[in-house]
Amino acid sequence: MAAVRTPAQRIRDRLAIVAVVVITIIMLAPIYWIASTAFKPRSLATTVPPTVFFTPEITPFIKLFTKRVQLLRPVDKQTYDAAPWWEKLVYDGGERVLKVGDQPQLSAYPNRFLNSLIIAVTSTFLAVAMGTITAYGFSRFRITGEPDLLFFILSTRMLPPVVVAIPMFLMYRQVGLVDTHIGLIILYTAFNLSFSVWLMKGFIDEIPKEYEEAALVDGYTRLRAFLTIVIPESATGIAATAVFCFITAWNEYAFALMMTNRNAQTAPPFIPAQLGSGLTDWTTIAAGSVLFLLPVALFTFLLRNHLLRGVTFGAIRK
Amino acid sequence: MITKLDVNSAASARGLTDITIRNLFILPTIAFLIIFNIFPLIYSLGSSFYDYSAASNQPAVFVGLQNYRDLLASPYIWSNFSITAKYVLVSVGGQVIVGFGIAVLLNRVIPFKGLITTLLLLPMMMSAAVVGLFWQLLYSPSWGPINYVFGLGDFPWLSDPTAALYAVAITDIWMWSPFVMLLSLAGLSAVPKHLYEAAAIDRASGWYTFSRITLPLVAPLLLIAIIFRTMEAFKTFDIAYVMSVQPTTELIAIRLYKLAFQEWQTGRSCALAYIMLIMVLAITNIYVKYLNQVKAR
Repeated sequence: MAAVRTPAQRIRDRLAIVAVVVITIIMLAPIYWIASTAFKPRSLATTVPPTVFFTPEITPFIKLFTKRVQLLRPVDKQTYDAAPWWEKLVYDGGERVLKVGDQPQLSAYPNRFLNSLIIAVTSTFLAVAMGTITAYGFSRFRITGEPDLLFFILSTRMLPPVVVAIPMFLMYRQVGLVDTHIGLIILYTAFNLSFSVWLMKGFIDEIPKEYEEAALVDGYTRLRAFLTIVIPESATGIAATAVFCFITAWNEYAFALMMTNRNAQTAPPFIPAQLGSGLTDWTTIAAGSVLFLLPVALFTFLLRNHLLRGVTFGAIRK
Repeated sequence: MITKLDVNSAASARGLTDITIRNLFILPTIAFLIIFNIFPLIYSLGSSFYDYSAASNQPAVFVGLQNYRDLLASPYIWSNFSITAKYVLVSVGGQVIVGFGIAVLLNRVIPFKGLITTLLLLPMMMSAAVVGLFWQLLYSPSWGPINYVFGLGDFPWLSDPTAALYAVAITDIWMWSPFVMLLSLAGLSAVPKHLYEAAAIDRASGWYTFSRITLPLVAPLLLIAIIFRTMEAFKTFDIAYVMSVQPTTELIAIRLYKLAFQEWQTGRSCALAYIMLIMVLAITNIYVKYLNQVKAR
């Protein structure tokens, strides 16, 4: 119900819309630049002036997954014609795919991506599972010193990663957890657990207590009431919490940098580390970044109605 | 027949008591956090009183408060703190101006408002390591799009000692303004429309309406955004570490990382970690207080 708008106000609204469009374009330009670089031929990635229009190609993605060396001289026509389409693209860029026998050698990227996936999924599952039951405990039972306990839980989330990493590194070294998947999973679970408790408590607080009380009267045990009533009622909340935890673990850089170097290294420390290695190929780095950012972009759209709640630890619900 | 009055006793007769459930649900989390967060911190508190390097086989020597004394007397550490303070000021200030500005613009009937808002929120969901990496490309002196678009010639954003910190802060502003925007939008949309109508009838000026109606009502949420971003900016490691190697961008978290994992001065790094920890906990305390206040309303 637009109240009566004066002409001056209407002009201001128009101007505001124009400004919003311009700002949105400026804010999205860096993301567009990453995405477009991932589809550029290498020769167009670092031109002056910057190349905006070009024929997209998927060569960077093929290079992302393979180990290559520079060609010293062009390949002979026979080899070129016999090569599969994706190998031809690499030849076109002046490089050759390294092979063991007939099989192309994989670059480190798929391995780092897989590490990220394993570590993020496992730590998310643990953090959400523990967080949900703890949140239920805080939401439904009387607990002495509840505000202090909740503050304690939240404060663990606020610890600077470097501060926690120093003693954790020393302890991990004692028990052989440095550069292992389990080592990072534990750290990410601890990091996300406090967030998960706070967010889930907000969601569970919204489920009327009467639902469970009715079930208890009907002869359900507390545990069964929790599993068959509270869990399904908070399904949306659990999903939103899980996505937030996943994104945090997926994006985490500092712990991964300090606690891993090869075996369990995740994508965030790996992707920037490619910069120093020889001639920088921005198209391949961009391709790796795009694949890495894609899940987060999708999740952001799924989460759009829960973002406010997520960034305020469940305190503000809109 | 079970009446409502014996819900608890009846439940306990059938299965676990509420007390048991409560403990089973809460204690594992508390124990987990104590083992993996508090215990390490106690361990590092201990280490902070020793002259000890994790990279050598020399036994640790107890030095009491010497590490703390040395750190607080070191001009280098103070310069790290002052760099951090400048970074926090520039980056949080920028985020508040940009984020709140966008929120004010967005707070009206706009086509595709939901889609635009979500698109604007994308930067803050991205990995800081990847964001930092790509802004290096954008800032590239010779062929970077930023110098081209703004006609800055070969301006060396990240290798200029003075500009580097601002370059990192600009990236941080790009990444986190959406956060301030999100909270400001929530605050703005909660301002009752009739207040604006009343102000319009009274022919109040735009500035008057903004400063007397909008700002006071948005202030609590804006304050939460500012405190949270201040805390995060103070802890910044990833984005600055990825983007710049300049000593002028050595934030306190980066200094701590180098002290611990490159110079291997383990004992001293634990002391610095504690100095940082106390400051972070102080801000956390303020943050939670405000969070609870807003929640209570």
